[in-house]
Amino acid sequence: MDSSIGIQGKDFVILAADGSASQGGFLMYRKDVDKILPMSEKQILATVGSASDREVFSEYIQKNLRLYELENQIHMSTFGLANFIRKELAIALRRAPYQTNLLLGGTDDSEGPALFWIDYLATLQKVKFGAHGYGAFFVLSILDKEWKEDLTEEEALDVLRKCIAEIHTRLALAAPEWTVKVVDSNGIRVVEL
Amino acid sequence: MMEVNGSAMIVMAGKNCVGIASDRRLGWNKQMTVACDFQKVFQLNDRIIVGLAGLGTDVQSLRNLLRFRMNLYKLREEREMSPKAFSAMLASLLYEKRFGPYFVEPVVAGLNEDGKPFISSMDFIGAPTSAEDFVVQGTCYSQLHGMCESLYRPDMDQNALFETLSQCLQAAVDRDALSGWGAEVHIITPEGTYTRTLKSRQD
Repeated sequence: MDSSIGIQGKDFVILAADGSASQGGFLMYRKDVDKILPMSEKQILATVGSASDREVFSEYIQKNLRLYELENQIHMSTFGLANFIRKELAIALRRAPYQTNLLLGGTDDSEGPALFWIDYLATLQKVKFGAHGYGAFFVLSILDKEWKEDLTEEEALDVLRKCIAEIHTRLALAAPEWTVKVVDSNGIRVVEL
Repeated sequence: MMEVNGSAMIVMAGKNCVGIASDRRLGWNKQMTVACDFQKVFQLNDRIIVGLAGLGTDVQSLRNLLRFRMNLYKLREEREMSPKAFSAMLASLLYEKRFGPYFVEPVVAGLNEDGKPFISSMDFIGAPTSAEDFVVQGTCYSQLHGMCESLYRPDMDQNALFETLSQCLQAAVDRDALSGWGAEVHIITPEGTYTRTLKSRQD
């Protein structure tokens, strides 16, 4: 099962997701899948879970966000996007649920950085750090200890390295490669750990 | 379903005031704690606060629906909704989904026009209970009931009410794995609503 981690820093958000596409708990189709999609210039969404739901849902949100921007000539805030995502998941929940867990990270000029934890049932919570998947069991405690206000990017990446190292040590069938992306006032960047 | 995320809340009546206390834990599948500041109590107008105990997603969906219905009522009727009407509306909304329900058990704390407290709670399909003294909901329902029965006395002023609510909630959630991790108390009086976050055990 795939995992993702999100950390909010001083003026940025880091999202990390593993690269596995697996089946049956033992077969690894690919180990280099990018599960972190850009939603807009300064918002990224990491989705983990069932592969088809993951791809369909994140593209659906991406395209509808773009439509909103075109129709309204305005950039949607991260908070607004989080609630839009929640609404779509909540409506789908009692029809044909998407089995994806999400972490949304973004920065707004006025609000600053924001990280949102959204689960497949459409529970939304703004958090300073979050994780999904089996990896969450290991990393949440590390993040409780290591996270502090106003982390710099270097410090946050250090914490992230510790988290991923722990997952590699303790999670059976852990994915070897992770995608890490940072979103800040300059936009979205891929980071090599 | 009600135990996926975890919750605990109490509504208690005082003398011309009413209070609601709630925990703040967001758990996940009884396996871990995701957040300690999850909002489950919503002030819908000056005199009505609703606490929604149960599945997190339905808490949020129902909160949006209630806000919509309150606003619509206000536009149509050109007056604020009374706590009794609100409680009846909520029960009706829940029963509408009788065969595909919202997994939420609400508690309503309200102050009538004359300053008298109004309390009600209901189960997840809208069977209402109103009481004169207190109502409780959540994963530690029994613990909350026991604490309230012991510590409650009639006609408490707002300070005594705050103290009683805090003690009842904290003692009860300390005996429940799925609730706790933070607590908040709101007291509605004719002068306004006072909110305080309690420092509680983070386990």
